[in-house]
Amino acid sequence: MPSEKMLMNGSHVVGEAAVRAGCRYYFGYPITPQNELPEYLSARMPEVGGTFIQGESEIASINMVIGASVAGARVMTSSSSPGVSLKQEGISYMAGMELPGVIINMMRGGPGLGNIAPSAADYFQATRGGAHGDYRTPVLAPAGCQELADLTSVAFELADKYRTPVMLLGDGLMGQVMEPVVFPDFIDVEALPKKDWILEGCKGREPRALFSMLLQDGALYKHNLELQEKFDRITANEIRWETKTQDSDDMIIVAYGTAARIAESAIEELKDENLHVGLFRPITLWPYPMAALRELAARVSKVAVFELCLGQMVEDVILSVGDRAEIHFYGLPGGKIPTPTDVADFIRSASRGDGKIGRRIEV
Amino acid sequence: MSAEVAYKKIFGYPKSLKDVPTHYCPGCGHSIAHRLVAEALDEMNLREMTIGVPPVGCAVMAYNYFNFDMVEAPHGRALAVATGIKRVHPGKLVLTYQGDGDLAAIGTAETIHAGNRGERISTIFINNAIYGMTGGQMAPTTVLGQNATTTPGGRDKRRHGNPIDISRMLAVSDGVVYVERCALTSIKQIQKAKKAIKKSFQVQLDDLGYSLVELLSPCPTNWKMSPKEAWKWVNEAMVKTYPLGVIKDTTGYEDKK
Amino acid sequence: MAKKGKITINRERCKGCYLCIEVCPNGMIETEETPNKKGYLPARFRENIADGEKGCIACAQCAMVCPEVAIEVYRAK
Repeated sequence: MPSEKMLMNGSHVVGEAAVRAGCRYYFGYPITPQNELPEYLSARMPEVGGTFIQGESEIASINMVIGASVAGARVMTSSSSPGVSLKQEGISYMAGMELPGVIINMMRGGPGLGNIAPSAADYFQATRGGAHGDYRTPVLAPAGCQELADLTSVAFELADKYRTPVMLLGDGLMGQVMEPVVFPDFIDVEALPKKDWILEGCKGREPRALFSMLLQDGALYKHNLELQEKFDRITANEIRWETKTQDSDDMIIVAYGTAARIAESAIEELKDENLHVGLFRPITLWPYPMAALRELAARVSKVAVFELCLGQMVEDVILSVGDRAEIHFYGLPGGKIPTPTDVADFIRSASRGDGKIGRRIEV
Repeated sequence: MSAEVAYKKIFGYPKSLKDVPTHYCPGCGHSIAHRLVAEALDEMNLREMTIGVPPVGCAVMAYNYFNFDMVEAPHGRALAVATGIKRVHPGKLVLTYQGDGDLAAIGTAETIHAGNRGERISTIFINNAIYGMTGGQMAPTTVLGQNATTTPGGRDKRRHGNPIDISRMLAVSDGVVYVERCALTSIKQIQKAKKAIKKSFQVQLDDLGYSLVELLSPCPTNWKMSPKEAWKWVNEAMVKTYPLGVIKDTTGYEDKK
Repeated sequence: MAKKGKITINRERCKGCYLCIEVCPNGMIETEETPNKKGYLPARFRENIADGEKGCIACAQCAMVCPEVAIEVYRAK
């Protein structure tokens, strides 16, 4: 039965949700702004008979995830932007070997060491591979503590269902705020379906080998086509998004995560002006809800994109919308968070078409 | 006319090794090391509970040769992957089989920290003082004066740094309970190597800590020598930088002669 | 006089490193003249020994050094 409502810090929420989703292995390295997550799990994992290792680096941590994953366990790692850069090789290997695992990125300002303020400039890193090779990683974008809890569970399910790494994209703000949360009930780890591809010693069967190197002529080609077929299945079945629109809407604002919360407040501010603005909030960033956005764009005259960066998701919006509506963009880099009024001003400017705040994207 | 004699096989193919030809060069130490690991697992009846992690290096396809569960790891990260496996399956035998680049260059952090955490993992470390798979570049264990494709004129202390002795570095840590260095270039050393490998497995089974067996291994191809010359080079030259013997032993086992 | 031991060498697996020849104490291994499928000239056990030669003593040193596990060793019961 679900938990009672509790007030909890976003990073802690992820940890608790993971434990309830049957995760008993966490390997991670401290990096602001998500240190509270390994700290929480260092105490929580022993309570549930799980394992916590503070790895010697983000690289070691993702590789420990690979080990626990091939051994059959639900396993998680977390980091923030520069540390997630370090994990990319491991993620590519997980994609190539088809290994489930959950990677949490509480984004911060970049590039380089950047700052520790909340930013959302890792959209490309998360959705455009991030590492080498032809692969896609499902990416989930919660917009607050309750969704951090819900989508952490979803992440483990998707990871096991499709044998894939799954990324959960939060940010420094979400990881730090406290909001009321209700957690789902604990999953019985023993009752999870048995995996028939894992390594636990070859007693009673032929030995198994898991690897991503395929040197024989045509082998890698075939494997990649099979992976693509899997990605197509994920695209067909796992897209998630939310809309808050009315028929009278003439403009929609597209935003995810913390940006979507700010956008919602901006829309609220504009209620009494004659501006009919709806919200389109992607929840899976890959696969991106292109068809849903395309359909909605056909019914409005303007699509306003708001991101906490200089424009990354906007490219997926362009791919979805094309020239069905005008596309406007507003975003601030480096962890500078606009207020709802700033975003409302952008919407007003986009509506007037005066280009004073944000800019129009020519398609 | 000679009488019919009945013979008994006293040396045959180990079960823990798949009966397939290997891609290793003539005289390569890998094949001998593979066989010793396989014989050790057979004699200790461990094959069915073993999970291994090969390196990126000439032995990257060791899963085609070893007859037990194996998983590829990114270059250098075998000990982190092995840590993940061992924590999920503490009752199984988890081993890594790594070369000098994998273990002591790119993987140095993972090696030191697995040892430092006292992970119950056994490492077979193949030290051939060169990068074989990529065509003969300097390894962290290339000795001073030795030629490699990236040390033209021979390894030089100032230009290229000193050779690293990762086994001795590991021995400093309390989590590391057994480190021994043998060679694969004499009958006596091959026999010692097998004993050392079995001891390392026993250390893991007895839950004592991390152990590593370093095996000086001939690489005739990249050293540009015949197998016979390569053996000679290990026995006479390489051992000067990497002396053979027990580097650390806090197991408390009595030596069985 | 029956030999104390004998070996078989898998000629297709042999890569002609000849470490076995180096370590055999009684010179019981020679090289073939015909290459195997991979192009190596394999090592071969000398079936016939001359008077005065000790022959194979099943010491198994050849098998111990063979990198290809190409040698099986038999001892007379």
